[in-house]
Amino acid sequence: MAPFIELEKLCKSFDGGRTFAVHDVSLRVELGHLVALVGASGSGKTTTLKFINRLIEPDSGAVRIEGEPVGASDVTTLRRRIGYVFQGIGLFPHMSVGENIAITPQLLGWPQAETAARVNELLDLVELPRSYASRSPSELSGGQQQRVAVARAVAARPKIVLMDEPFGALDPITRDSVRSSYRSLHVRLGLTTIMVTHDVQEAVLLADRIAVMSAGHVLAYDTPRALLSIEAVAEVTNLMAMPKRQAERIRALTEGESQEDAHGEDAHG
Amino acid sequence: MERTRMDERTANALSLLPNYLAQHVLLSLVALGLGILIGLPLAVVATRHRGLRVAALAAASLVQTIPGLALLALFYPLLLGLSALTQSSVGIGLPALGFLPSVMALTLYAVLPVLRNAIAGLAGLDPAVIEAANAVGMTPAQRLMQVEAPLAAPVAMAGIRTAAVWTIGAATLSTSVGQTSLGNYIFSGLQTENWIFVLFGCVVAALLALAVDQLLGLIETGVARRDRLRVHIGLAGIVIGAGAALTPLVISAPSSYLVGAKNFSEQFILAELISERLAREGATAERKQGLGSAIAFRALASGDIDVYVDYSGTLWTNVMERRDSPERQAMLDELTRWMADRHKVRVLGALGFENAYALAMKRERAAELGVRSIEDLARQAPRLSFGTDLEFLSRPEWSALKDAYALNFAAQRSYSPTFMYRALETGDVDVISAFSSDGRIAALGLELLGDPKRAIPAYDAVVLVSPRRADDPLILRALEPLIGKITPQRMQEANFMVDRDTDKVSPQEAARFLARSIGVPTR
Repeated sequence: MAPFIELEKLCKSFDGGRTFAVHDVSLRVELGHLVALVGASGSGKTTTLKFINRLIEPDSGAVRIEGEPVGASDVTTLRRRIGYVFQGIGLFPHMSVGENIAITPQLLGWPQAETAARVNELLDLVELPRSYASRSPSELSGGQQQRVAVARAVAARPKIVLMDEPFGALDPITRDSVRSSYRSLHVRLGLTTIMVTHDVQEAVLLADRIAVMSAGHVLAYDTPRALLSIEAVAEVTNLMAMPKRQAERIRALTEGESQEDAHGEDAHG
Repeated sequence: MERTRMDERTANALSLLPNYLAQHVLLSLVALGLGILIGLPLAVVATRHRGLRVAALAAASLVQTIPGLALLALFYPLLLGLSALTQSSVGIGLPALGFLPSVMALTLYAVLPVLRNAIAGLAGLDPAVIEAANAVGMTPAQRLMQVEAPLAAPVAMAGIRTAAVWTIGAATLSTSVGQTSLGNYIFSGLQTENWIFVLFGCVVAALLALAVDQLLGLIETGVARRDRLRVHIGLAGIVIGAGAALTPLVISAPSSYLVGAKNFSEQFILAELISERLAREGATAERKQGLGSAIAFRALASGDIDVYVDYSGTLWTNVMERRDSPERQAMLDELTRWMADRHKVRVLGALGFENAYALAMKRERAAELGVRSIEDLARQAPRLSFGTDLEFLSRPEWSALKDAYALNFAAQRSYSPTFMYRALETGDVDVISAFSSDGRIAALGLELLGDPKRAIPAYDAVVLVSPRRADDPLILRALEPLIGKITPQRMQEANFMVDRDTDKVSPQEAARFLARSIGVPTR
């Protein structure tokens, strides 16, 4: 069976072919999965993500959603069908929280009553009071703004959400709360999510599949459990060693209290 | 006495205000509107293309470095050429004087601040917001209208505000190309030393700029704080204010005759005299005052003005480009024939006095140096300084004079005519280029130096009528009674009434006095 999203032999050079930001990247993403792209800065993960909603066009290769190449459809239609959340947050400062959330439904021409109802529904979903709809984004905290950005991304009921370092700018406590709410949202809405992160621990805790990228290539693509246990390329082993070490250290500190694998709860098969 | 004169001049200034203000507001409004219509779209395109941005900003900055007056002056020959082109291709000429060149120059001026600020506003937007706009699926047009324009608006508004203040200020200069504006107070006031007029023009223009600045400021903060009420109050203020200021244009009847005048008192008086005579015949007349010497004739030939007074010698050397100087009547006959043949311009006749360029000195100083003619002067010239009006040194009369007598002064300085006489009085200069009909010659006790080699031609004041009005019976009826009637003494008297330091009268009063003294009835 064809995968839900298929990336095939994607290449991109920003300097006319001397060096490649992305080189020969192929990935298959199943429906309902949350896939994390991890790797150091400049490894090509953000570029790979932006091929999917065509914020960047590849030099060669193709992205297919349900078998249909993304290049075949109109770019604005494509983007209205895909949610997008990124580190910059990018809420429109001149619009209220409600108007921000309603932007894609409005672009799609939804009836006003339906859009208004959807805004309330989404504020509930991201655990913000409905009264926030009339507030200006600048009145909200960073974590609240990122929740609004998530609500905006899923407002028009997309099946796919792309996330680029979505929680990077948040403090650790807020980050943990926002990302666990997102994980449950992903499950409840039946989304397929592709997330770029440089935080391996985050990837291990959230993702169904992790793609490890380096210098424009995918080094490994597998479940977190497999990547943690299997001996692979040295680079992948080194990368995965860090969360493993942290987990072991925490287990040592709290010895006897829990034998449970920290990752168990999030492991979906 | 002085008190009543002042009240009278203030009343006179006030009576002119509705028309001057209306013209000024219309001009500024159209120029600013066009500046915005050009500047904003250009800014949008320029932010998308880096090369274009650099080019557009460079071009707009370059325009800004050209002095306002020069920019206005440049549009005149440009439009004349363009007019000739359209005349030959589609049969419609463009007016090269007045509203059109003023609007074009002021529009160019208004573009830069609008363009620069709009580009700054658009280029300064948070890239995250732009990425979000793309990612939610906005088309480029939706992104511009829903995100970029509203976010850049406060910065762009500040540019529009700057452009508005500049335009209102610079619009006063449009008087010099024949467009009525608040500058009419300033230019004619400066010329006739009517300081109440100058002050009046400055104050009204400044108040107008201030009021518009405040209203646009209200809109600017309204846009920045997303406060619709402020925006609406500001807009309403501008619409109501402009509407009120423009009302005189709608209710006043269009004037039928355009009377031109160059930029000195005698010309103002004669334009008033002509207007009074036309009014007596039942016509309305509008004055186009303060025209440059070269502009005036071309304006008449192309029909931008209907009638004005020029001087035979000026036309002979500058327009006909002749270097000989025949005897007075022969020159007049030849001029009349040439004008009819070449330009279909009618020379109605000579008014009876000459206003020749002549060199003048203070009588005591001339006696002290033993100077009676320009020939004597040439010997003393290397130790003397020479004051002229603004155009004399670039006129062919000066080259003729210089060549004929080998004149070589220690220093040469140019002044507006009023200040030139001042400079002679205070001793800043020893010799000036005077006009023989100037009332100040007698009043200040000046000696006109003889021209034994006849280097300067005769300067009979002649009435010229545009080709369009050449056979207009009303003009003939109105102006023929003036031909040959104005003696040099009468003209000097009338000029001095306007030019003297105390007890000055307006050019209109001087014109009425002149009409009475030569026995020609006016309104």
